[in-house]
Amino acid sequence: MYDAKKIIPGLIIFALFFTFPFWFNLGTAAYTTPELELPDPEEHEHCIESTEYMRAEHMAMLDEWRDIYVRDGYQEYWSELNQEYFLTSLTKTCMDCHSDKEKFCDRCHEATAVDPYCWDCHIEP
Amino acid sequence: MKSSRRKFIKLAGLTALGWSVCPSLASARSNRYRKIPGALKADRWAMAIDIQKLSDEVMQKAIEACHRLHNVPDIDSRQNVKWIWVETFKPLFDDQVHAHQMEGKEKLPLLTLCNHCDTPPCVRVCPTKATFKRHDGIVLMDFHRCIGCRFCMAGCPYGSRSFNYSDPRRFLNNDELSPDYPTRSKGVVEKCEFCAHLVDQGERPACVEAAEGVLFFGDLSDPDSEVRRVLRDRYSLVRKAKLGTEPQVYYLI
Repeated sequence: MYDAKKIIPGLIIFALFFTFPFWFNLGTAAYTTPELELPDPEEHEHCIESTEYMRAEHMAMLDEWRDIYVRDGYQEYWSELNQEYFLTSLTKTCMDCHSDKEKFCDRCHEATAVDPYCWDCHIEP
Repeated sequence: MKSSRRKFIKLAGLTALGWSVCPSLASARSNRYRKIPGALKADRWAMAIDIQKLSDEVMQKAIEACHRLHNVPDIDSRQNVKWIWVETFKPLFDDQVHAHQMEGKEKLPLLTLCNHCDTPPCVRVCPTKATFKRHDGIVLMDFHRCIGCRFCMAGCPYGSRSFNYSDPRRFLNNDELSPDYPTRSKGVVEKCEFCAHLVDQGERPACVEAAEGVLFFGDLSDPDSEVRRVLRDRYSLVRKAKLGTEPQVYYLI
């Protein structure tokens, strides 16, 4: 091989650099789902949709709600699970039960390092 | 499998049809959302202000009710945010003032707010459609979409729009925020919205409730509405009518 003296060290540096996230995080604790403070299960059996759906889709749902509320004036959402209409409102529906932002919203958002700007304007109850 | 040009074109046609029909079928909204059953409905909301009954007290009451509900800060500088405010006759009706007006009339204090124009220039110039006109005529701001370019402020001939030069919560009492309406963030334009959120809940705008009998609110397309009744009985003016923005806030003289 021509220039093996340059190519091999170069490949080694590249491999080290490329795998940096893996060996840098060796030995640190693995990600665990944060402990959330949930509303009293006696009062509220479940959320407006299933837990799995809310966990995966709440941001998409809130995004849809804000458009449909502000732009089209639809203020109520039909929950198939509860067979009931709910206001399409972060503060009046979601945070009516999940009233403590620090013990619910923030815990996951901090663990996953996302910084939603909802509360720059919307007021925590 | 034997393939022919004829078969290929048939399949391509079907595929194109599927592509155009399926997404619209999928997004056809089931009745997952509805409007609040008691919402007020109109084809064209409008407001009338009886200037003979306007007193300092009534004006302050209307301003207070609006600004408290919508968390509008009071900033003691040119960067103040205004939704509804007091202005004298001369700057309001600049094109209708002449040198020999009744003594003192040009200094008459009046209430003014967004005119919710029928052909709103702010909506035309907004590059992100953050400002839009609803089917009932209300010119609304979607603060989520505003990028703070301030074209709308240049477009509005009535000065009805305010820009948040800094975080408005700095100027609000954070323990007494009204929970029913969000504050705004830095870099967003805001203005009066005819209390669209209250109208959708079946209530009249906050200023109209606070200044009962002085401000009138109703459907301009309904001949029996409050607004049409007062406009029939009294002579009225609108601001800068010749600009063709068709303002929908009428001043009863």
